[in-house]
Amino acid sequence: MDKTLRRWAPLFVLPALICFIIAFLVPMIMGLVLSFFKFSTVTDGVFVGWSNYKRIFTDMDFVTSLWMNVRFTVVTVISINILAFFLALLLTQGVKGTNVYRTIFFMPNLIGGIVLGWIWLLIINGILLPKNATIITDAKYGFWGLVALANWQNIGYMMVIYIAGIQTINRDLIEAAQIDGANSWIRLKSVILPSVMPAITICTFLTLTSGFKIFDQNLALTAGNPARQTEMLALNIYNTFYTRTNFEGVGQAKAVLFTILVAIIALTQLAATRQKEVEA
Amino acid sequence: MKRKYIALTLLITLLVAVSGFSAGTKEEAVKEVYFLNFKPEIASVYETKVAPAFEAETGIKLKVVTAASGTYAATLKSELAKSSPPTIFQTNGPVGLAGSLNYVSDLKNTQFYKILSDKSMALTSGDQVLAIPYAVEGYGLIYNDAIMRAYFALPNKKVSIKSAEEITSFALLKAVVEDMTRNKDRLGIKGVFASTSMAPGNDWRWQTHLVNVPLAYEFRDKGIATGTKTDNFEFKYANEMKQLWDLYLDNSTTARGLLGSKSVDDAMAEFALGQAAIVQNGNWGAAQILGVQGNKVADKDIKFMPIYIGVKGEEHDGLNVGTENYLCINSQVSAEKQALADQFLTWLFSSDTGKAIVKNDLMFITPFNTFKDHELPTDPLAKEVIRWMNKDGVSSMPWAFSVIPSGQWKTDFGADLGQYINGKMSWSDVAKRAVASWKTEYDLTK
Repeated sequence: MDKTLRRWAPLFVLPALICFIIAFLVPMIMGLVLSFFKFSTVTDGVFVGWSNYKRIFTDMDFVTSLWMNVRFTVVTVISINILAFFLALLLTQGVKGTNVYRTIFFMPNLIGGIVLGWIWLLIINGILLPKNATIITDAKYGFWGLVALANWQNIGYMMVIYIAGIQTINRDLIEAAQIDGANSWIRLKSVILPSVMPAITICTFLTLTSGFKIFDQNLALTAGNPARQTEMLALNIYNTFYTRTNFEGVGQAKAVLFTILVAIIALTQLAATRQKEVEA
Repeated sequence: MKRKYIALTLLITLLVAVSGFSAGTKEEAVKEVYFLNFKPEIASVYETKVAPAFEAETGIKLKVVTAASGTYAATLKSELAKSSPPTIFQTNGPVGLAGSLNYVSDLKNTQFYKILSDKSMALTSGDQVLAIPYAVEGYGLIYNDAIMRAYFALPNKKVSIKSAEEITSFALLKAVVEDMTRNKDRLGIKGVFASTSMAPGNDWRWQTHLVNVPLAYEFRDKGIATGTKTDNFEFKYANEMKQLWDLYLDNSTTARGLLGSKSVDDAMAEFALGQAAIVQNGNWGAAQILGVQGNKVADKDIKFMPIYIGVKGEEHDGLNVGTENYLCINSQVSAEKQALADQFLTWLFSSDTGKAIVKNDLMFITPFNTFKDHELPTDPLAKEVIRWMNKDGVSSMPWAFSVIPSGQWKTDFGADLGQYINGKMSWSDVAKRAVASWKTEYDLTK
């Protein structure tokens, strides 16, 4: 049985492998190579060495969008995880109608980013109407609008992961703590939190990377306005590549930098939170 | 044994599927012209009228793909990289052309170039003809003459002139507009000017079209010919532009803070519904006025006046007339396909069937010698553009904005105009940044 499996395994891996190569590996390598070329269409370019990377910093927009992105990610990682965790706690107490609530909280996750962007655009512009303002009147409206949207979209998904984590905690452990006189705060801090550490690791990873990769929500909600103050990295790269003549290579170079940056941040975070995981 | 059969079947299925894909790409050599259309508002005309008529008369298929509004550059970039790229595509002028130089063929010997009346309108490089304009357009202030007549009939009006026709300077325009605002309830309008649309992607009426007026005056003063790239820009008429900009904002249907949510469509709808008396736009907007449900403006009341900003002698200047619509033929497709493209374009702009569609459905004012006077479009705005082009003692303003160094300049300028509206930037900063950014972008794209 094992032998046959091993013999035929490559065949069954093949379709997925082909897809992976076509949709991921080839574009990635092409992207890397193209970042050293001056080009207008991706099949035809001239080698220019590091010049694209140098031109990234001819203006400050990449740095400002990086800073905007960092602020956004910090705020959303914290708010999404805290809110999702407490929702999960709430919905594992055996409240009536738990399943209905879980479904409702999860639903925003099933709507695409562009649609969510439009919906929130309407909501926020409606709220700002009495102030005679719109979401692009002031950068802070755009920032908090994006934060609200990201929370609304991601809390449900993270909640499901936390619920799974909480449900795996051995009931005996909590009961034992209760008998030893631990109040609910101590139980949360010393029993529940350490036990759901794997869920925290994965949720932080997901929210951190999605915070940096956010694109369609950004495009639909503010499109970077006012004056590019709410433009985050992915949108900045897109705008560089598509709206500036002769900047295609620069956009590509930005994309390579972006990939490296996100990889470093995500791997560091994984290593850091993994250390805190315990065996229960 | 059985498992082997299953595996074998799977393998065969896979192989068949893969070979199916490769067979699918090897198309039969159908005679086909692939046209990447720029104007979403007339996409359906190409699909339902032009393509069937062309195929019926010549047996050649026309494949039309239209890029969604605002995404032409992106679509063109990815389509050109494909194995069957577009044969005909559009460019917006010298700056856009610079981005696709490797893909434009020399049109000097085409039939299409021969029918162009004024050969100087084509975009050239050395002795090569690279892009040919296909539609002349004009823009200015579109006004609803019915509302204007109602205003001029008011007993308490404060101006001495008697009709909108007599407005020939910024001073007169301002006097009329401000007096109209005072009487807006009696006139039944929400504001004199339709919303100054500043929603993302909707600020081109200002960062390209309005700024053209100060640009054109400055270049005229300096003797810089239209279409010549220059770094000599100091925004000499910034304050004149500000006068009109403030007039737009202070006499609008919409409060300043809310303009960020308004699109061009909103502004055109306000005009069509009679909520505003004046809107700055071009003859391409005809369909947007006539096509609005509940449209209250009669065809004969849709009129044009030039954009006056308060420059001396502006009574002799007309509408802003020019073109941003050039066609190129892809140099990287086979010679046979290039010839078919020429055949299509010549057919569209010189055969009787083609010309009828151009006049009635596409509504282009064309620069080709194949069109007689009675074959010009008849929608109210196009008629107005033609009237202004031929008006005595008035000459049209050129489209100086074609030499704005990059799209980035427009984006940044539009953003700054928005910051000014929201009180976050002073006008002198807007002007200073526009000059500085012009230099930077000029150097970057040299």
